[in-house]
Amino acid sequence: MTTTTARGAVPARKATGTGTGNAAPRGRRRTRSDLRVALLFIAPALIGFVAFYLVPSIRGVYLSFTEYSVLGDPTWIGTKNYTAIFADDLFWNAMAVTVQYVALNIGFQTAIALGLALLMHNVAKSTFIRGALLLPFLVANVIVALLWFWMLDYQLGIVNEVINWLGLPRIAFFGSEQWAIPTIAGVNVWRHMGYTALLIFAGLQSIPNHVYEVASLDGASPTRTFWSITMPLLRPVLVLVLVVTVIGSFQVFDTVAVTTGGGPINASRVIQMYIYQKAFGESDFGYASALSVILFVILALVAFVQMKFLKGNESDLD
Amino acid sequence: MTTSAPSRKKPATTVPAPRKPVNWRRVGAWALVAVAVAVTIAPFLWMLRTALSSNASLASNASNLLPADFSLGAFKRVLGLQSPEEAIAEGGSGAAINFWLYLRNSVIFATVTTAGQVFFSAMAAYAFSRLRWPGRNVVFGLFLATMMVPPIFTALPNFLMIKNLGLLNTFAGLALPFLFMTPFAIFFLRQFFLSMSREVEEAAMLDGAKHVRIFFQIVLPNAAAPLATLALLTFIGQWNEYFWPLLVGQDESVRVLTVGLGVFKSQSPQGAPDWSGLMAATLIAALPVLLLFIAFGKRVVNSIGFSGIK
Repeated sequence: MTTTTARGAVPARKATGTGTGNAAPRGRRRTRSDLRVALLFIAPALIGFVAFYLVPSIRGVYLSFTEYSVLGDPTWIGTKNYTAIFADDLFWNAMAVTVQYVALNIGFQTAIALGLALLMHNVAKSTFIRGALLLPFLVANVIVALLWFWMLDYQLGIVNEVINWLGLPRIAFFGSEQWAIPTIAGVNVWRHMGYTALLIFAGLQSIPNHVYEVASLDGASPTRTFWSITMPLLRPVLVLVLVVTVIGSFQVFDTVAVTTGGGPINASRVIQMYIYQKAFGESDFGYASALSVILFVILALVAFVQMKFLKGNESDLD
Repeated sequence: MTTSAPSRKKPATTVPAPRKPVNWRRVGAWALVAVAVAVTIAPFLWMLRTALSSNASLASNASNLLPADFSLGAFKRVLGLQSPEEAIAEGGSGAAINFWLYLRNSVIFATVTTAGQVFFSAMAAYAFSRLRWPGRNVVFGLFLATMMVPPIFTALPNFLMIKNLGLLNTFAGLALPFLFMTPFAIFFLRQFFLSMSREVEEAAMLDGAKHVRIFFQIVLPNAAAPLATLALLTFIGQWNEYFWPLLVGQDESVRVLTVGLGVFKSQSPQGAPDWSGLMAATLIAALPVLLLFIAFGKRVVNSIGFSGIK
C-alpha cells in the first residue's frame, strides 16, 4: 500500500512543478502559500484523525497498563493486565474460538469466491448476476444474522424442516456448542462470498489476454491453464484479498452479538465479544484495552506474515 | 489498487472451448451460476414470505412455501398501526417497537456522517493531491497506516472520550467519529484526483483563481462520479453500522435501526418469538439499501475492484 503511495506522489510533484514555476524562487514562494491553503483544506480531516484515531490509539495503549473502571482515574499497574490475560482461560478460549471461526470462514469463503469469480470471468458476464451475488454484502450484518437465525431455528426454521423431511435429526444450529461457530462462519460466508468473488474477479480481469492465447496455442488444457497461469498471476490479488478478509474475519462481532451473544456457555465468545463484555459488561476498561492491544498485534502479525510469505507485493507478470 | 475508475473492458472469452458437441462444461458452469444466485436470493424471498405470514399460523405451516395465512399484520405491527390486542391475537409479543423513531435516527445518522465524511475527505484528498506542503507524504502515510488499526482498538478510548464530553446518547456522540474522515475515503479520492487531468485547473490558476474556487468549481464537479460512488458506499456502510451505535446510542431517542432490531429480537418472549414481525422489520430496515442498489447497482458493482477493498 505504501509503495503505491510513494509512486503516486512523484508524478504529482512533477506536474505541479512544471505547471507553476518557470523560476525556482517563485516555486519556493508557492510552497509557502500552499501550506496555508493546505492547512485549511486538511483541517477537518486532521481534527478527525487526531481526535478519533491518533489520540485514542495512544490512549488505548496507555489504558492497557492501567486499572480503570470508568469511575475515578485510571491507576497505573504496569503489565499486570497482560500477565493476567496470559493466565486467563477465557482469553485462550476466545482465541481458540476466533481462530476456528476464521479458519472455517476464510477457507470456505475464499474457495467459493474463487469459483464464483472464475464463473463470472468465463461464463456469466452479466452485471446483473454480479449484482445479485453482491446483494447480501450490502445488507446489514444484523439483518443477515436475524434472517438466518429465523431460517435455522430449531423448531420452525425452513432449513430444519428440510433436514427433518430428509429424515435426519434436527440441528440446534445456534443452540449447540459444536454447531455455533460453524453456523456463524457459514452465515458470514453467505454474506461475503459475492463481494470476495468480485474482488477476485477484478484481479482476473487484470491478467492480460495474450498470456491465455499463448497457452491455448501450446495446447494447454483448461486445468493446466488454471494452475500454471491463472493462479500464479492472480497471486498478488489473492494475497491482498486474504489479508483484508482475514483481518475483517478476526473482528467478527455483530453476528455473534445478535444471535448467540457468545454462548452457549463459551462456545462462540469470539475475541471482540470478550473485549466488549469486559469493557461494557464488567467495566474493566484496562483489561479490555490490553485485550484489544493484543488483538491489534495479532492482526498486524497476520498481515505481515501473509504479505511476506505469500509475496503479496510482487507480481509474476514482469 | 491504482484504478479508481473501473475500466469496463469486455473480457474476451479466455479459454476457447471446443465448438462441435454440446458443451457440457459450459452447461455445468451455468448450473453452478444458477445455484449460486438461488442460494443468494432465496433467503430474501423467505424473509418476504415470513413477513407476509400471520405469526400464529407459522408453526403449523413451517414448510409451506407460500405465506402462512396471508396477512399484512406484521408490517402494521412493526409500523405501529396495530393495537396491542390485535398484535397479541396475531402472535406478536405486544411489546411496541418504536420503528419510525429508529428509522428517523438511522436516516439522520447515515446522512450526516456520509455528507461530512465525503466532503471533508474530498478536501483532504485535494490537499494531498494538488497542494505542495512540507510533510505531506508523512501525514498521508500516517493517515493510511490507520487503515490497519482495528475499529475496536479505538472504539474503547473513543467511547470514554464521548462519555467524558457528556455526549453519550446524543447524535453528536454517534456521528463525531465518522464525521471528519476515514483513511479509506481519502485514499480513494486522492487516487482519483491524481488521475484527473490538470489542464483546466492550471488555466484557471493562470487566470488568478484561488484553490478554494478551483476545488469547488472544477475539481468537485469533475469528480462527481467517484464522489457519488463513495457517498453510496459510505451511506450503505453507515446505515448498517452496529457496533458504535450499540456503545453510545442505547437510548430510545437516538437508537438506530440495527440496534433497535437487536433489541426487538431479544424482547420476544421465550416461548413464541414474533418471527413475522421480526422479518417485516428487517425487510423494511433493508429496504433503503435495496432501493439504492436497484437504482445504482451498476455503479456499486463496478466500484468494487481493488479500490473497493475496505
